Amino acid sequence: MFLLPAAIFFIAFFILPMGRLFIVGGSGSRGWSAYAAILTDAVYFNALLATLGVAAATTVTTLLVSGVAGVFLQRHPFPGNRLLVSLLTLPLAFPGVVIGFMVIMLAGRQGLIGTLTQALGGDRLVFAYSLAGLFMGYVYFSIPRTLLTIMAAAEKLDPRLEEAARSLGASTWRVVRDVILPGLKPALISSGAICFATAVGAFGTAFTLATRIDVLPMVIYTEFTLSANIAMAAALSFVLGAVTWLVLALARSAAGSTVAAAG
Amino acid sequence: MPPLIFSLQLAFTLAVCAFLIVPVVLSVLAGLTVNYFVGLESGLTLKWVIEVWNGYRDTLFRSVGIALACLALTLVLGVPAAYALARAKSRLGRAFEELLMLPVAVPGLATALALIASYGALSGFRTSWAFILVGHALFTLPFMLRAVLAVLSAIDLKTLEEGAASLGAGPWQRFVHIVLPNCRDGILAGSLMVLTLSMGEFNLTWLLHTPLTKTLPVGLADAYASLRLEVGSAYTLLFFLMIVPLLLAMQALARPRRRRFIPADDTDLAPLALKP
Repeated sequence: MFLLPAAIFFIAFFILPMGRLFIVGGSGSRGWSAYAAILTDAVYFNALLATLGVAAATTVTTLLVSGVAGVFLQRHPFPGNRLLVSLLTLPLAFPGVVIGFMVIMLAGRQGLIGTLTQALGGDRLVFAYSLAGLFMGYVYFSIPRTLLTIMAAAEKLDPRLEEAARSLGASTWRVVRDVILPGLKPALISSGAICFATAVGAFGTAFTLATRIDVLPMVIYTEFTLSANIAMAAALSFVLGAVTWLVLALARSAAGSTVAAAG
Repeated sequence: MPPLIFSLQLAFTLAVCAFLIVPVVLSVLAGLTVNYFVGLESGLTLKWVIEVWNGYRDTLFRSVGIALACLALTLVLGVPAAYALARAKSRLGRAFEELLMLPVAVPGLATALALIASYGALSGFRTSWAFILVGHALFTLPFMLRAVLAVLSAIDLKTLEEGAASLGAGPWQRFVHIVLPNCRDGILAGSLMVLTLSMGEFNLTWLLHTPLTKTLPVGLADAYASLRLEVGSAYTLLFFLMIVPLLLAMQALARPRRRRFIPADDTDLAPLALKP
């Protein structure tokens, strides 16, 4: 049986540990109500809201940016197009810690944005170590992957539909809204879900930027290390895992095609 | 399309590109500058790179070692599993495929905590680099699986296998002589992805590592938190030198394949997630 080695490995190191994590989550001082704490405890609930807020903002921004750039690059094979695509997809596999450092290079204390705003006569603009910096990092991280999915989808759009719409007198904006966007919808949903799930579960970027950014992964990390509250960390991370899995599962049924699992 | 719209879109795309590339260039420069706060006038130096090399090269070698071990493990586990899944089109097979994708959907923190809760007491295992390897293999296995599956579902595996079987080839012979040569491209793409992801993995590794099993990204996080900007940059520069060739190879591999065959699935692969 060719499946057996993978199955054994997977059951031993993922299925069983996840079951164990679930039990550990209910074994703390709060008992099984630890699983409700994410909604009932103000600290965790606020962290959840902040996490979902940053993730939603990241998703919308990334889809807009990659949508415009992706369709443009797919439509216009001008000289240098391929170089641009290469550059835009280069950060594809940069880890979160490095992304955090890229944000510091741009918006940190010695960052480019601070230097520029100061040179223009304003205050030194530094926002890397806050939710705004985190948002910037997640957008940076999500653009390369979203761009590839959107370009692949734009390649399959039927140009005849747009010509038909134009010949019937539709403006550029109407063509975008009524022809291009519906055609890209499955790609937008699937890559949007991946953006969202990634931003919800991400840890490295927040870790590099500041330990005081209260998004859920940072709270879990703090519970685990500083408070040594392993049960609470387990319960929260189990819930976090369930949320990201749910987002991807919903997107998959909405997009009607396979949405690549993401993290 | 009116030229104004074209110019606006081009300007926008160039701005996005600048957003992604400028910090990379800045960080490379910072790693080679005597004093970044003063600027390039302070002169260029390899001092920081040498400092990092002397202080942290063990993390670099450990990361390469773990990435190669992870590649071996995902090849041994993933390629046969992809073959089995490509043949079994049953609902059970689909369900198992979904399950195997879970470690990518579930945040690395959760997976790491689960591993610690289950195996943390085995101190020999907990403190060895094999503990990190297990986490990396869980996270990267779906990428190998998907890359190989994409190729296997694009070829007519059934006919090829029936031909071989009618000539008397057993399952193992068919796997070695029919399946493996046919999914070479998929294995290559999957391998590059596994190496790249393992080299850069941080979410799991941060909780799984011990002071004696620091990997490159863990060292990076340390350096960002406690050392001066130039040293962090020089360290990042070393990381880029490791990872950029892998990323370029992946791009080169993806390009001709998109035209030849597998129109949909290989583009699915790239966005298959990596975690910040």
